[in-house]
Amino acid sequence: MSVCLTLVCLVCSALLAGVYAITADPIAKAESEAIKSSVAKVLPQGGEISESRPLEVGGQASEYYTMSDGGNVVAYAVKSSVVGFGGPLVLMVGVTADGQVFNTAVLSHNETPGLGAKCASDASFTDQFKGFDAGSKSLSVKKDGGDVDAITASTITSRAYTLAVRNAVEAVGRIKGGE
Amino acid sequence: MGNRMTLFTKGFLKENPTFVLLLGMCPTLATTTSAVNGMSMGLATLFVLVMSNMVISAIAPVVPDKVHIPVYIVVIATFVTILQFVMQAFTPEMYKTLGLFIPLIVVNCIVLGRAEAFASRSGILDSALDGLGIGLGFTLSLTVIGMVREILGSGSVFGWKFISGDGMLVFVMAPGAFLALGYLMVLFNKISKKQ
Amino acid sequence: MESFRILISAIFVNNVMLSQFLGTCPFLGVSNKISTATGMAGAVCFVITLATLVTYLLNKYLLVPFELEFLQTIAFILVIAALVQMVEIVLKKISPSLYQALGIFLPLITTNCAVLGVALNVCTKEFTFGSGAAHALNLGESMVYAFATALGYGMALILFAGLREHLEMNNVPKAFKGIPIALITCGILAMAFMGFSGMV
Repeated sequence: MSVCLTLVCLVCSALLAGVYAITADPIAKAESEAIKSSVAKVLPQGGEISESRPLEVGGQASEYYTMSDGGNVVAYAVKSSVVGFGGPLVLMVGVTADGQVFNTAVLSHNETPGLGAKCASDASFTDQFKGFDAGSKSLSVKKDGGDVDAITASTITSRAYTLAVRNAVEAVGRIKGGE
Repeated sequence: MGNRMTLFTKGFLKENPTFVLLLGMCPTLATTTSAVNGMSMGLATLFVLVMSNMVISAIAPVVPDKVHIPVYIVVIATFVTILQFVMQAFTPEMYKTLGLFIPLIVVNCIVLGRAEAFASRSGILDSALDGLGIGLGFTLSLTVIGMVREILGSGSVFGWKFISGDGMLVFVMAPGAFLALGYLMVLFNKISKKQ
Repeated sequence: MESFRILISAIFVNNVMLSQFLGTCPFLGVSNKISTATGMAGAVCFVITLATLVTYLLNKYLLVPFELEFLQTIAFILVIAALVQMVEIVLKKISPSLYQALGIFLPLITTNCAVLGVALNVCTKEFTFGSGAAHALNLGESMVYAFATALGYGMALILFAGLREHLEMNNVPKAFKGIPIALITCGILAMAFMGFSGMV
């Protein structure tokens, strides 16, 4: 009786180990693919994208990528995570060397479907950040006296999104200051 | 042959797992925020159902009676985990959306229920057909519920938007799941009683 | 303070049943009467807390060090099934009266997806409570989270049973009888719980 159960468990574990070994590579590839495509999305076209480098963003350990063109760094892609309405909200933020936001992309979120979740899909919200000049305009929602239009009925998500972008811009400032 | 045919089709209406047998409520409510999500969850369950039904019908004669439930659970869990890896590798977006409910197929009462009630005492081919039928019935109900919630909640069908702006957002959120399923069941009862 | 946040979040804001849909089958099955609902709530509280403790330790000290995370689902469900059996045997010996009260609900709990769901959540997800950064839970937090989730489940179950007892006495249209009207009631209850969202 227990022999049978043990046998079944062993066979199943072995089978799983096999499948795990086969799929481990495609899984890792799919994950790095997702990161790569988000990095490519938030940076200008052309130029060489570096490997990931560690960086502190908003007081948390994170990472960033640089894009260089002919030896000069022209833009940075920074991974920035904050707390949204329903849980962690992780963004990839592209910032050009002159401190302008180039584009943003959502890596993962737990926002309410139909409300906060629009931050990942609603172009009228996300397009505001394209070419946003953090030097002359203020990266906060209008309710808090800034220049960002919040998503209707999702102020907390919009605030979190804006904070993530602000943290990223601030972190890029620190990278440039350190160079 | 006609017998096999009813084996296959009974899951669609007569023994529909969602509307008649009331099984597998958790994924039904949680993953039907849109038609595509509902359908994906249904297909994922279909895969596990067919595979575990076939394996269980093959090994049932040699499994001692006392440990048959743990053995079935292990078999089901194995296929669920395989499905997890495959989805993670090839459809990572969908895997993220369905999240916790993929591993939770293990405790979906439909799967263990079919193993216990049908596969353990039938041939491999019949078990596969039974799994396919019940699985398709489940997929069908999930797609319909997802479609209704998507139409009402986001004003779109399978991602194609037919009104601009928002729908009745409550249908995409948690309470809408209960309401939509409740009213669909009423509709189902009304129609099936008339026949 | 952190524990208190977890408590409020798991009981009210992210109620396991009304906003995450875990454990719906037994929820609809045993919520006919307040007395059975209370029994089930007690049994679930007990098993969820215990199962989370065991699976957390199993995951941290066996699966992760040996890189066997791919066995999580299979290991956890076996642990839960074994645990439920053990609890049944031990209760029978130690406290026959408690066994009488919880006994019939115990076998049902193995397939309650709230148990496996909480165990998997604790081991794989990162949590945020309040303004703190997202992080994986430590043992103490996991226990608080598991217990609070179970409390939330129990509370929803008992609340709902109370509503259903009243429903029994009312004349509902034929097609609505039984599960459909229960689901619609549940939807309204879930709407009420949405009022808590954003609190923590």
